[in-house]
Amino acid sequence: MTSVKSLAAKPWIWSFLAALLVWLATIVFTGGHGAGGMVTAALSLAVFTVIVGIGQMFVITLGPGNVDLSLPANIGLASAVAMKVMGGSDSMIAAGLLAALACGAAIGAVNYLLIWALRIPPIIATLSASFIIQSVDISYGRGLQIKPPPGFADFTNWQISGIPVLAMLTVLFTIGAGIALQRMIYGRSVLAIGQNIRAAWLAGVNVGRIRFLTYTLSGALGGLDGALLAGYFRGANVDIGNEYLLASIAVVVIGGTSVAGGKANVPGVWGAALFLVLLLTMLNTFGVSAGVRLLLTGLIIVGVITAAGGEKAVR
Amino acid sequence: MTAATVETGLKPSAARGSAARARLLRGLLPALSLVLVLLAIAWLNPRAISYFGFSLMLNLAIPIALATIAQMFVIAGNELDLSIGTFVGFVGCVTATWLKDAPLIGIAILLGSIGIYALLGALIHLRNLPSIVVTLGMSFVWQGLAILVLPKPGGKAPDWLLAILSFKPPFVPFPIMAALLIGLIVHLSLMRTSYGVILRGSGGNAAALRRAGWSLLKTKVVLFALAGVFGVLSGMALIGITTSADANIGNGYTLLSIAGVILGGGEFVGGRVSPIGAVIGALTLALAASPLLTFMHIPPDWQVAANGAILIIVLAARVLISRRER
Repeated sequence: MTSVKSLAAKPWIWSFLAALLVWLATIVFTGGHGAGGMVTAALSLAVFTVIVGIGQMFVITLGPGNVDLSLPANIGLASAVAMKVMGGSDSMIAAGLLAALACGAAIGAVNYLLIWALRIPPIIATLSASFIIQSVDISYGRGLQIKPPPGFADFTNWQISGIPVLAMLTVLFTIGAGIALQRMIYGRSVLAIGQNIRAAWLAGVNVGRIRFLTYTLSGALGGLDGALLAGYFRGANVDIGNEYLLASIAVVVIGGTSVAGGKANVPGVWGAALFLVLLLTMLNTFGVSAGVRLLLTGLIIVGVITAAGGEKAVR
Repeated sequence: MTAATVETGLKPSAARGSAARARLLRGLLPALSLVLVLLAIAWLNPRAISYFGFSLMLNLAIPIALATIAQMFVIAGNELDLSIGTFVGFVGCVTATWLKDAPLIGIAILLGSIGIYALLGALIHLRNLPSIVVTLGMSFVWQGLAILVLPKPGGKAPDWLLAILSFKPPFVPFPIMAALLIGLIVHLSLMRTSYGVILRGSGGNAAALRRAGWSLLKTKVVLFALAGVFGVLSGMALIGITTSADANIGNGYTLLSIAGVILGGGEFVGGRVSPIGAVIGALTLALAASPLLTFMHIPPDWQVAANGAILIIVLAARVLISRRER
């Protein structure tokens, strides 16, 4: 009984419950058909949201106003860069992944440079950067239709007894992110800055360096995500990252991370990502039109945020 | 982030003079950037600087300016509206269908959507929600509704709307006149009335307003309702110009409107906004994005980048000025 109580007190449990509910509603509708396949599909798609979600989570945890709006453009550019470097050959997979990571990390570093040098809110900095990245991507990716190397495409689609390998690796990665957040100096510093940037600075946290690292990390994860997406969907494209602006922010907030900063929740990102993917699957299964699907997705997100509620402002 | 607003009582008069000059320069920055873009256009293509040239180049300036004003109201309350673009698209679809075929229902839908905006303001205040997430969710709602209203591009603008927007006043092109009028009206009502001060104060120092007995719920609702009103005007103006609608027609306006407010001297926090600056910012973006690039023979791929670059340049100039302000 006490374990149930302590479980209910965890903010991330609600996102998993919501995902479970949506899953149950769908299999009731289909009469139990495809229940397992749905979980497999949800896991493979949720991976991409989780990877950028973790990056966005660290950024949002830095405190009010910190958010990375350049992720969609970043994902689009990195997917093109990765495919170009790999050039369809299996021997270049590692080089392509490294190139995508470097491209994303560079974008993140530039984001922080703008925030630091122009002293502008991160929203505007990452927004202006994303304008420029978008154009670079459109111009660079024009006519670029390189397929991923077969080995890479197979790897991103690889499953072992119904569980995508990429999902297993991402679970390991999220455990690592959780340890980094709670047990390492870097993560504790991020939390400290989010709780009170001045106090953190007075306590000797190198605020500038931590913020720089966080934006670079978010950028690098965006880049990695772009490469993996291009592998999974067998081709890069400018719009490949578009849906990850809403998704990356939504999974962080639905997952129980405080938008006011200073309080992060790693498992919640997984629950929320599964919830969002399963929600889309459910609406598709019900056979609703594109308009109704968008409408319901929006309404449910607003509803969930409203139910979860905001933090009471401390001051 | 900018702490330059703090007035530090006793200063030598020379320093105070230079600070005042810097503040003046800072206030003139939006106009200065517009003049620079105009000069560049005049230098590249002198024939563009004419009645006809301006009417053509500033074709879409009216809806952009109106959307920017809508965003400005939201930013004045320290929030951000990421749904204004799809909202403009939704209004456009309603304008090209219901408002033409059944005006009464059309008007009811548009008024209802303004009501939804007001409710969103109340919701964000009462539940203390992050406006970014709520409006990001709403952007899907408006997009979905737009597709439901108009599944395929088409529809037609009401005749009276077409008549208004093809109005050709003597000497001054209509877009410039309309932009001036919009800027002036909003300036007078937000910057020169006592409730305007309260509205901006809700972004500047909410705690002080609450202690003074003002309802923060009411200010947030009014700010969001005003954003809804100007979003509706923007969507209608857009359809009056393009004559038919498409569910995705307004999608670019979210980012353009935020960029316009910031270019126009608005601050993200603290309720520091400027209606006239916002209109000037919108005009600068409208001119710089497409006509200037065309004259410079830069492919349209780089249009979006031009917006980003202008934003960064103006913000960099602002930092240089603010440094002197201290």
